[in-house]
Amino acid sequence: MHRPRPVTSLRSAALAPFAVLASLAMVSLAACGSTEQAGPTPAGTESAAAASCTKDSLTLVSAGTLTVGTDKPAYEPWFSGDDPTNGKGYESAVAYAVADELGFAKSEVTWVTVPFNTAIAPAPKNFDLDLNQISISDARKKAVDFSSGYYDVRQAVVTYKGSPIDGRTTVADLKGAKLAAQVGTTSLTAITDQIQPSEQPQVFDTNDLAVQALKNKQIDGIVVDVPTAFYMTAAQLDDGVIVGQLPASGTPEQFGAVLDKGSALTPCVTKAVDALRSNGTLEKLQTEYLANAGAPELK
Amino acid sequence: MSVGGGADGAAAEADSWQPSQRELDRRAYRRARSRRSSAISAVSTVVVVVVLGLLVTRSAGWPRVQETFFSWDKAVESFPAVLSGLWLNIRLMIICGLCILVLGLTLSILRTLRGPVFYPLRLFATVYVDLFRGLPLILLLLLLGFGVPALRLPNVPSALQFWGAVAIVLSYSAYVSEVFRAGIESVHPSQRAASRALGLTNGQTLRHVVLPQAVRRVTPPLMNDFVSLQKDSGLIAILGATDAIRAAQIETSSDFNYTPYVVAGVLFLCLTIPMARLTDHVARKQGWHGTGGTL
Repeated sequence: MHRPRPVTSLRSAALAPFAVLASLAMVSLAACGSTEQAGPTPAGTESAAAASCTKDSLTLVSAGTLTVGTDKPAYEPWFSGDDPTNGKGYESAVAYAVADELGFAKSEVTWVTVPFNTAIAPAPKNFDLDLNQISISDARKKAVDFSSGYYDVRQAVVTYKGSPIDGRTTVADLKGAKLAAQVGTTSLTAITDQIQPSEQPQVFDTNDLAVQALKNKQIDGIVVDVPTAFYMTAAQLDDGVIVGQLPASGTPEQFGAVLDKGSALTPCVTKAVDALRSNGTLEKLQTEYLANAGAPELK
Repeated sequence: MSVGGGADGAAAEADSWQPSQRELDRRAYRRARSRRSSAISAVSTVVVVVVLGLLVTRSAGWPRVQETFFSWDKAVESFPAVLSGLWLNIRLMIICGLCILVLGLTLSILRTLRGPVFYPLRLFATVYVDLFRGLPLILLLLLLGFGVPALRLPNVPSALQFWGAVAIVLSYSAYVSEVFRAGIESVHPSQRAASRALGLTNGQTLRHVVLPQAVRRVTPPLMNDFVSLQKDSGLIAILGATDAIRAAQIETSSDFNYTPYVVAGVLFLCLTIPMARLTDHVARKQGWHGTGGTL
């Protein structure tokens, strides 16, 4: 077999298995120059945005139904009773409202369990859109598509009555605290960037584990988004209090629906979310499901 | 090939021995064969690598995979965080490793004590191994990390990392004690008998005759467990500590780029491979191994 060899320098063939691995790594790392190209995008993502958002023209994972993903367990107050299909909880309600905007009846919406890591992986997606309290950022947009934001996020600090940080009023007061957040969240980024505590934050797989550690007084506080903070103090902690909201920093943070990179559906979902925002539906659902008032601002 | 020497010059070959022409041919043939097999193995390796490389790099999704898993910029950016996470793995590996060796060896000795009077000790060691080998490590971590501090006992530390390390030690020493026990039982009874005949006590026999041989024999499986410990030490992340993999996960979440995981994987390999080679090297120098079993 005589083939043009790829642009890799192959080592001696003595260490066959290592050579294979090494050269694969070489192939992959060679020409890792520019990061401008974000992969080929199918035609018609931006241009024909508004034109073809009718139900029949959409490219779907399974024809005729809108497949929506979220993680399991699905947490309050975003979902209710770990059941996304009941239309209760903010994200469940938003999903059905978006489906309605796109022309799907409630029975034509299928939910699939998509762990966070699967939602963001480059592999082919098994969902049309994924609602999982995922914050939009430009860096993340290199890997996935986002709809426009359906919720404006603020971070809050939760603690227990009588803790070292109970009753603190400024962000600087939290520097000495032992804080925790869920891995992969913007709450964790808020700790490291805004609070900058002297002690390394504890990072948990789920907020539930963080709550357990807080109950044991192994940590001083948890940083979560405001609605989750209210849910924690209301339902998960016996003596939980919200220390306050962290000040909004720079660009307002928003949750968006995740779609496959270059999905033809993205502009349609964005259009639907924008419509729900302008006609007041999002606001109505927020007052129905998300407690937002009453958390003091930290200076 | 043939350089036609005098066929009948028998006298000339009186005292300077020359290999016969047939032997020379034979050697040449062997050389040629070995050259040929080296060439074939080299070519086949190159072909396999090239085909695999082409398969991967010509696939439709390759640019995206390359950007998502093998981004050099992201690797450089995430390296410090992953490295500081790895420091936790290394500390855990050393501290837990020492505790595990001591506890595992103690358990195995308890389990191999002879005599009816030691029955409770043997029973304890057996129950311990059965229990802690059977429980999933994650469950142990959660039970000890969140369960024990929830008891609110006075004067008991509630630090998550501490209990994580305890859980790892408990679980691994059960495995390691079985490895040691296999080593102890593999020492031939005649060794004990000879040692006792020379007047050594039971304890001296164990210390000077049995254990040295046992430990040497189980070095490779111990190494196995040590490497495995190094990776499993990351499970402590479930208790909120940040190890290499967790650090990689945090780095990944900022832009959904998986390169930090690859960085962590490479760092782990950089730890384990030299360690394994070193162990083999030491064992060979000490003559611990037989002829097989090492690279």
